[in-house]
Amino acid sequence: MEIRRDVFQAIADPTRRAILSLVAIQAMTPGVIAENFDSSRQTISKHIQILAECELLSQYQNGREIYYLTNAKKMKEVADFIEPFRQMWDDRFNKLEALMKNYKPKK
Amino acid sequence: MELKTKISAKEGQQDLVITREFDLPVELLFKAYTEPEIVAQWMSTKVLKLENKKYGGYEFETSDPHGNVVFKANGVIHEYSPNVRIIRTFEMENSPFAPQLEFLDFESISEETSTLTMHVIYKSVDLRDQMLKLPFAQGINMAHNRLQDAVSKLK
Repeated sequence: MEIRRDVFQAIADPTRRAILSLVAIQAMTPGVIAENFDSSRQTISKHIQILAECELLSQYQNGREIYYLTNAKKMKEVADFIEPFRQMWDDRFNKLEALMKNYKPKK
Repeated sequence: MELKTKISAKEGQQDLVITREFDLPVELLFKAYTEPEIVAQWMSTKVLKLENKKYGGYEFETSDPHGNVVFKANGVIHEYSPNVRIIRTFEMENSPFAPQLEFLDFESISEETSTLTMHVIYKSVDLRDQMLKLPFAQGINMAHNRLQDAVSKLK
């Protein structure tokens, strides 16, 4: 998996969004987070790593365990931004372009 | 990857401009806005009505897999100039959002390329900003719902 540091790439992934909602309620260790998903622990841990690199997750250590939780400040910054709106229109326009490239007049 | 769609939304203003360059002749770009079956495909909605003329109107409706209507929108057309311009209103029904005014300008760049400029005017700065945040909020909600589904399966 390619590591991307772009926050909008980070939140574009449904699993990563689910992780963010999960630890918004309560800080969790990577193991406990992974228990909520069908994917392997290794896959989830890569998702966590990407979110942490984008500062969407913050972490703290308690004994030997590392706990992750949503970084509310960063999340708000992202929410204020227009990027998901742009992404939505870009997806639509990409579809439009692909459709019309294959367009055959009916007559 | 750079997105081809640009958005200009200046702080404190109640409008925004969406621009996009297409690898399509302007006639085909315009057609994508006027043929109901095509609009339905790229907007991912059912097109109940689409009258391509001045004083005409349109109606979109989207249902979930259970047949419940989750999105309904309508508007009227103020100007209809083929391959040049559409001026119309857009209203999302059953929502807190007031109708908005849209100026769609279609411009040919070359035989095979064209640009669409969409200037959207909202009732207030606040409404514009809420509209901008909608796709992000929906993303988070979808994640929440999926998570709830996943959690309820565990029980």
